Formats: sequence, C-alpha cells, structure tokens
Amino acid sequence: MTTTGVQAIIPAFQELKVCAEAHWKGLWKSGRTVITVGTAACGQAAGALEVLQAFRDEVSKLNLDCRVIEVGCMGHCYAEPIVIISKPGYPAICYGHVNPVIAGTLVKEFVAGDNPCLEFVLGALEKNDLIPSLSEFPRAQYEKKLILKNCGHIDPTDIEQYIANGGYLALEKALRMRPEKVIDEVKRSGLRGRGGAGFPTGQKWEICRNSAGKPKYAICNADEGDPGAFMDRSIIESDPHSVLEGMLISAYATGARQGYIYVRAEYPLAVERVQIALRQAKKLGLLGREILGSNFSFDIKLFQGSGAFVCGEETALIASLEGEAGTPHVRPPYPAVSGLFGKPTTINNVKTLTYVRHIINNGAEWFAGIGTKGSRGTAVFALAGKIVNTGLVEVPMGTTLRQVIFEVGSGIPNGKKFKAVQIGGPSGGCLPESALDLPIDFDSLKKAGAMMGSGGMVVLDEDDCMVEIARYFVEFTQRESCGKCTYCRLGTKQMLEILTDITKGRGKLEDIDMLQHLAEGVKAGSLCGLGKTAPNPVLTTLRYFRNEYEAHVREGRCPSLMCPDLIAYYILPHKCERSCDACVGTCSVEAISPDKKRIKVIDQEKCVKCNNCLVACPLQYNAVVKLSPPGKVPTSKK
Amino acid sequence: MTEEKIKQHTRQVLKSFSKKKGNLIPILQRVQGRLGYLPREAMLEVAEFLGLPPIHVYGVVTFYNQFRLNPPGKHSVRVCLGTACHMKGGYITLDAWKRRLSIGAGETTTDREFDLDTVACVGCCVMAPVTVLDEKPMGKVDPTKVDGLLLAFEREREGKKKQ
Ligand SMILES: Cc1cc2nc3c(=O)[nH]c(=O)nc-3n(C[C@H](O)[C@H](O)[C@H](O)COP(=O)(O)O)c2cc1C
Ligand code: FES
Repeated sequence: MTTTGVQAIIPAFQELKVCAEAHWKGLWKSGRTVITVGTAACGQAAGALEVLQAFRDEVSKLNLDCRVIEVGCMGHCYAEPIVIISKPGYPAICYGHVNPVIAGTLVKEFVAGDNPCLEFVLGALEKNDLIPSLSEFPRAQYEKKLILKNCGHIDPTDIEQYIANGGYLALEKALRMRPEKVIDEVKRSGLRGRGGAGFPTGQKWEICRNSAGKPKYAICNADEGDPGAFMDRSIIESDPHSVLEGMLISAYATGARQGYIYVRAEYPLAVERVQIALRQAKKLGLLGREILGSNFSFDIKLFQGSGAFVCGEETALIASLEGEAGTPHVRPPYPAVSGLFGKPTTINNVKTLTYVRHIINNGAEWFAGIGTKGSRGTAVFALAGKIVNTGLVEVPMGTTLRQVIFEVGSGIPNGKKFKAVQIGGPSGGCLPESALDLPIDFDSLKKAGAMMGSGGMVVLDEDDCMVEIARYFVEFTQRESCGKCTYCRLGTKQMLEILTDITKGRGKLEDIDMLQHLAEGVKAGSLCGLGKTAPNPVLTTLRYFRNEYEAHVREGRCPSLMCPDLIAYYILPHKCERSCDACVGTCSVEAISPDKKRIKVIDQEKCVKCNNCLVACPLQYNAVVKLSPPGKVPTSKK
Repeated sequence: MTEEKIKQHTRQVLKSFSKKKGNLIPILQRVQGRLGYLPREAMLEVAEFLGLPPIHVYGVVTFYNQFRLNPPGKHSVRVCLGTACHMKGGYITLDAWKRRLSIGAGETTTDREFDLDTVACVGCCVMAPVTVLDEKPMGKVDPTKVDGLLLAFEREREGKKKQ
C-alpha cells in the first residue's frame, strides 16, 4: 500500500464516524423516549410486525415525542415479541410476550404516563433500584456476548448505528496494518472456523494469500443447512455489517478482490438485510473501489442458495456458485489453493467472520484469553427443543453442557426429565445425561461422538424417542445426499430402511448390529463431510441408548411413546368425565364417540394419532393416554 | 400461460444478466420468481442464452429443492420438518395438512388453491411446530390450528365472492 493511501484512511473514516455518532446521539436526543421492537424472523413469527404497528399508531395518536425503531434478535426468543423502552429517568426496560394490546397499554401508561407496567417486564438492561436487570439473571453469569452484543440493540438496516457503536473501526485499523500482520494477529488469536470443522482461520487465510492465481475470492458461508439451527440467520438479520466487516478484513488479508455471501433461500429476511447492508456500505465507500481512500478494492455479491444441504459443504457451495449442481469434489486441492473458478478462495462461516473485528480491535491475546487451550473464544448456540429458554446463547468455550442447558436455558419445561441433547445437527450426535459435564469445545465433543457442528443444540426429554431421532436425521441426510459416492448414496438408504423398520416394529435383533456395521462403513468410505458424519446420530444413539432400540425390536414398544406405529391412544374409562365432550369435538376424523354410559371411546381403526384428544382433555381429568405396544389397549365391547 | 408468454417473461429476466454460466442459478431463481415455476420453454430459453446444453439446466433445476417443475397453488403451505419442529410434532401437523387438503407433500390441490411441501428449518425453531403460510412463518401449528387456518381462508374466499 502506498503511504498516501494509508494516510487517507484515518480522516476518511473519522468523517464517517463523526457523522454516525451525531446521528446516534440525535436518536437519543434528551427527553425523548425510544422504543425498539425486535423484528428478526423469530419475532415476526410471534407477531412483532403487528406490535410494531400498534406502537407507531398509538404514538402518533397521542402525538408523543417518541421514536419507534426496529432491531434484530436479542436471543431471548422464548419471550418474543420483545420490546425495549428507554425513557429518560428510567433504566431501559425490556418487555416480553408483547402483543398489540399490551403495546397500546405501554404507550398510554408508561410513555405518556409514568407507570412502567411491571407485569409485562422481562428485565432492565442496566442495574437499578426499581427493576431486576437481565445481568442479574442467573444465566448472565455464564454468558459472554462478543458477536451477539449488537444483536437486538441496533437497527440492522442503519449502517450509521453500527458505526456509532464501534463498527468498521477494525477495518480502518486493519487497513493501516500490513496484510501479513492481520493474518498473524488472527493466527495468534487461535480462532478456529465455526462452520463445523474447526480449521484454524488464520492458517486458511495464509494459504490463500500465498497461493498463486488471480483474482482471489472470499466467500461467506451463510447456508446454515443444519435443520435445527438459526445462529447465522439471527446474526445476519440483526447485525449484517459485522459480517461484511469480517469479510472485508479477510479479503484485505488474503488479497481477494471479489466476495460472495451465500445465503439460504429459506431466509428471505436475511437476504433482504444483506442487500440493504451492501447498498449502504457501498454508498459510504466501505465497499467497492479504493475503500476509505486506500488502494484496497473489494466488492461483495449476494448469492442465494437454492435449498440443498450439501451446498453448505465448501466445494459443493463453489460448484453451485459456478452454475453447477452442488456436488462436492475431492480435496485436496483445498479451496484456499484452488477454489472458485479454480482461483484461491477462502470460505468462512458467518460466525467466524464476525469474530474477526473483535480480534483486530482488542488484539490476539485478548481473544486467546477467552475459552480453552484448544478452542479459543466463545461458542454460540441456538437452543431449541424441550428447553425453557429457547433462543441464542453465547458462552465462553469450556462451559459445560449442563451449565448451558440448565443454567442458561433454565432446564426442561413441564417438569419433564432430560433425556439427551442433540448437538451439531445431522453431522452431530445425541449425548446423554452422563455427558452433561463435558466442557464445550471442538475436541471433547468429538470424543463423545458428537460435534460442535454449526451450533444447533436441540434438547430432548423423556417423550422423545432416540430411534426416531436417528431415523429422522438419516432420512434427512439420505434425501440430501448428492448421490456422487456409493457409500453415502446406498449406505444411508440401507440405514434408513433398517431404522424405519425398527420404528414400525418390524425390526429384527440382528438389524441392530447390521446398522452399527453399516454406519461404520459409511463413515469410513464417504467422499465428503456429509456422508462421513451422517452416521453420527445413529452411532451415538446406539452407543448411549441401545436399550431403546432393543425395546422396539423385542417388544414392539416405543419407550417414549412417540413412534406412531407403536402406540395407541386410549381413554381411561374411570377417568373420563362423562359429561365433557372436549375430545369428541376436537378429533380430526370423528373417531371418538360416547358409549352407553357416555364414556368416550376411541375407534382404533379410525384413529390417525393426531394427538388432538390428548391436548383437548382438560388437565383435571387427564383421561387420554398413549399406550405402547398398541396391543395394550383393552378390547372394548360396543 | 401460453408458450409465447413464458418465453417473453423469460427473455425479460435474461435482459439483466450477462451470459456467464455462474449466473445460471440466479437466473432460474428470478424466472421462477416471475412464473412461479420453471416450465420447459423457460429452461430451453435459459439454456440457449447461456450456451449450455438443456440437460445441464434440467440437471441443475432437479438437483435443488427450491425449483419446481409445475405451477404452484394460489397459497403455499410449507410445513417445517426441521429438528425442533419434527420433535415437537411437525410430522403430525403435516399429516393434518395432507388429510385436510387431500394431497401429499410436493402436490397441488386440483383447484390449484393450495400446494403443500415440507421445508427443513426456517429459523423459527422456538415457535415449533412451524408452518410457513404464503411466506409467513406461523408458530405452534397443531392439527386444530390447521383447521382454523383453513377456515380463515374459506371465509376470505366467501367474502370475496359476496363482493
Ligand atoms: C454436509 C456439510 C454441510 C455444511 N454446512 C455448512 C453450513 O451450513 N455452514 C457453514 O458455515 N459451514 C458448513 N459446512 C462446513 C464447510 O464445508 C466449511 O468447512 C466451512 O464453511 C468453513 O468455514 P469456517 O472455517 O469458518 O468454519 C458444511 C460441511 C458439510 C460437509
Ligand atoms: S426446526 Fe422448524 S423452524 Fe427450525
């Protein structure tokens, strides 16, 4: 870089920063109340857009000096829609489960009046004497937010809010460093890829930088194919510029000229937010030619995936960018040597890239000081399934699974018992209670048979069948297998057939050993990561829950009462409150009718096991039960 | 839609693209966005534009789950079968949709009102089980809610008829 280039950077950035800070201060003008509504996809599904409109309507009706803005996801998805009201004289207060009626009340009572409506409060954002703050929640002691820090607090469609909160500062700093120095910093930080494999990021960049061939490319992998994970979506929807900044720094370090963000088509809101972010960054000269007056030029294009899990695999992703079907290629050569259009290409996960700015800003030592020896930094998980606090969490590496599930996630709802935690999606595994004290890091999870994967964490309780979950994942990978190599194509098919037989009660005892044998074969013989890891859900459930397999095979019984072919719904005659008709009305197929004494009876021939009657039967009667094997249902006389 | 119309729409889309093979998927996405599906004529048109054998285009279209070869229904129903949704009864919800619409996943009702399909996680796992109705993710959709949603559509249709 020429010296004039370097010298131009500071004033160019300074100008942007001053502007952005003035904009941010203007937003929080003294005396004005600011309402933020979380409208990421999780919020929208819970009705956040209606809530947003209700706030806007009420504010304009009462003609108040109050700004209503949209932000991303705070991670407390269990309480969506979430709203934060910052009123002068009060701490900023976070409200959960808000609906349009509550929104109207909050404006009337709190914004216009002085009643903070404690009944709707989730917590305050800072410590105060009035309301318990979120930082005093037990979970806060385990959390450490680096890359989720902005999420839910700034408007993702407003680049100035990002800049005012320290955004693009790392880019400015990096541009004043030599690219080798940037790589060195990332290397020393110990950052490993968060896309699943955990490859050292700095090393990947170095290989790309040192590989011959021009132009070089930088790709952000936002395909997030794990069907139970939503971290990348949330980050892109809530803080898209942090991803762009990471890409810019990586491109500067490797010498890439063109970048691609590869986003899943199933995430329309993420796509939209990236488009807006790209437009704004270009407008401010943070993207495009001669960025910030330096002689570094880089552009980013958005590419929408088309719904194929295997395209998350880097070589398949590249094939799809080239206009091919997304089938993986044998590595080496690795993309860093020969990637997109045969040129050196770095592919990094969304989270990996988002860490970069923090490393540049705070230094490699700071980052390396968080987490464990082999796994530096934090881990981000999407908690879902049978857990009280579903949502996003960020904890230092080395935190135990138990802490994440029971302290941060507040455990299992409805007084049920924990059974297993599924980590890493279709490539990961199911870990039982006995593994809960494992520290979360790349290596210990692998040893237990699971995998960090992308960060999906689905908690399963006593009602979840372990054979069924194995069957579910194998069905998924079998369908998504691209068919290129035999082990994966045929092996997953055979595994699926055996698992299906077992869940339908047609399994034989020798099938279990055959399954183990096949799983090991597919693991050893497949070409890409999809096939190599597809057996993990089977292998871990066999390892930790073999008794469930055996119950299905030997007794035709599903211990968790889940497999539809192995259960029957039954109404306990002595519990049925005869004058109540709740189950009759709710049955999808008119399979329930009263007998002479008006006790309700299910016609087993007609029953489609839709679970409606079990939900409908009032709690105080609790007369509907599931029985397994179905033969347990006493034969009734009409 | 007539063949001629399909070709016209496709050419309209092609205008904003250069003849690079890497544009294949974005082009197909844009064409499907306009037509709702990818008819044979459209694929042929795209193949010619990019100078690719039609079989390549067909191969790509059938590889990716997003592309469809037949026209969609007026309303799209996508039942999420991601891990969280599946474990919270997504498969029961899918059964309910199938029963009520009398079609299987990947099919369209004969009156072309609805098409039914599955999707693997739309990122709203916390609201499981999720059904995406006309692009809008709806949370906690069980068989009873399926009936409610269908009823709402029926009302709407009747309301329109009266007008
Ligand atoms: C079947 C399969 C699916 C994958 N899906 C993803 C994905 O959705 N997102 C992702 O970032 N990486 C995914 N990966 C990993 C990528 O191949 C690649 O390792 C990663 O994007 C590299 O980025 P990182 O070094 O930042 O982790 C997948 C790998 C396989 C084998
Ligand atoms: S599993 Fe259905 S939205 Fe994620």
